[in-house]
Amino acid sequence: MKKVYLDNNSTTPLLPEVRDAMLPYLAEYFGNPSCLHEWGDAPREAIETARNQVASLIGAGPEEIIFTSSGTESNNFAVKGLAMAQQKKGKHIVVSAIEHFSVLNSAKTLEKMGFSYTTVPVDKVGLVDPEKVRKAIREDTTVVSIMHANGEVGTLQPIKEIAAITKGKGIVFHTDAVATAGTIPVNVKELGVDALSLAGNMFYGPKGVGALWLKRGTRIMPLLDGGVQEGGRRAGTENVPGIVGLGKAAELGKAQMTVRNEQMVKLRDRLIRELPARIDHVIVTGHAQNRLPGHASFCVEFVEGESMLMLLSSKGIAVTSGSACTSRSLLASHVLLAMGLPHEIAQGSLLFGLGINNTADDVDYVLEVLPPIVERLRQMSPLYSKFMKQGKGG
Amino acid sequence: MPIYSQKVMEHFMNPRNVGEIENADGIGEEGNPVCGDMMTFYIKVKNGRLEDVKYKTFGCGAAIAVSSMVSEMAKGKTLKEALKITPKLVADELEGLPKNKFHCSNLGAQALQKAIEDYQKKQAGGKV
Ligand code: FES
Repeated sequence: MKKVYLDNNSTTPLLPEVRDAMLPYLAEYFGNPSCLHEWGDAPREAIETARNQVASLIGAGPEEIIFTSSGTESNNFAVKGLAMAQQKKGKHIVVSAIEHFSVLNSAKTLEKMGFSYTTVPVDKVGLVDPEKVRKAIREDTTVVSIMHANGEVGTLQPIKEIAAITKGKGIVFHTDAVATAGTIPVNVKELGVDALSLAGNMFYGPKGVGALWLKRGTRIMPLLDGGVQEGGRRAGTENVPGIVGLGKAAELGKAQMTVRNEQMVKLRDRLIRELPARIDHVIVTGHAQNRLPGHASFCVEFVEGESMLMLLSSKGIAVTSGSACTSRSLLASHVLLAMGLPHEIAQGSLLFGLGINNTADDVDYVLEVLPPIVERLRQMSPLYSKFMKQGKGG
Repeated sequence: MPIYSQKVMEHFMNPRNVGEIENADGIGEEGNPVCGDMMTFYIKVKNGRLEDVKYKTFGCGAAIAVSSMVSEMAKGKTLKEALKITPKLVADELEGLPKNKFHCSNLGAQALQKAIEDYQKKQAGGKV
């Protein structure tokens, strides 16, 4: 059976070049980079090479990169570590309603510790209005964390505009760039942010490794106490193979970005154009153009996401959904609800994450397979029959 | 390991008795309070037995398999027997459901029960 992986928002495959770069560090170069003998040399150098590669991907200085275990850790580290380092100045932070749970739940944890936070809403397409950020900022605000793009709706946020607002107010502006770094051009100076999270598995690197970029001179409180790895900011023996892989993925991502995206944007736009043309009552979620290059997201009315996902999977197609039924917590996606979509519409959520391995054939296959699946589920949907009976005429 | 049993997958891929019954003797609609999904059961009763059972379902894979299974279990049974179909029995017949999907089997058992109650109410109403 044809296999089509369209879930690159969840994770991307590991590039063979990246894997090859990692392998020696799972074999002969097993040494601990902190050791002063010969065994420590190669791993230590490899980490510094990776640091340069990651720094160069985002236009930063290598000494500003802190390696972590994931995007989630980077976000936790940023939100909690930055807020705690500045608690003498103030105890208020600002986040958006569509942040990843690693940011939202960090804010909640801080709240339990005596901090407070304000959640900035988004509009119908998932955009944060910088003016609303301005209004949310108080005298005692120390950290603002707004993501660069959300993996569920793909909309790119006006980070530069928000940075212009936080600037000069003694506020540290962090952006979760897990969905964008390595995928689209991300330059910390152009964005004007003070801290930025990224993760290897979102751009063809390994899982279990991420980084936090922290502008020189920004104070942060470590989450992990221990040795002096990463300049004392992140203790723990380094995940050397992972870091090497992250570095290599960053290097390749930077070099190939334009070519990769040209292809992906074409496929994406075809999906966004054709799916609603072939299936009635399909809503495109997020911004139509101002979105991640491989990202196409929809809500299909009158059907539920998990059942679509399972039928697509039976045809060899891997996608994901933000429906309540697909989530382990059985809660509808907070992102879709924040965009004002009603529960029953959010139930029909379907996310396509195109990657560098996808072809026009893959998109054709989806366009061929999905309409009958939706039709089949609608035939058994009580919401659809109600709609056909009442809704249609008036 | 796949999250669903083979039995669930089989019913999900080939759901039995899907549809509506015109002039049904009883209709039962149940919304899932947890995730907001919905199931509607239609029954036809003859000589105290469920002669036909059909349904429509808006929900996850488990919900679809549950409704299919409930319809199979209920068909041909007396009303009394059918009222004894519990969510647990349905889940067992499906060779188990993931923990967080157990509420989907409530949906099926309750929608069927409501359809039977609807029928009984109509019957009682008719006699008055
Ligand atoms: S119907 Fe929503 S989880 Fe089963």
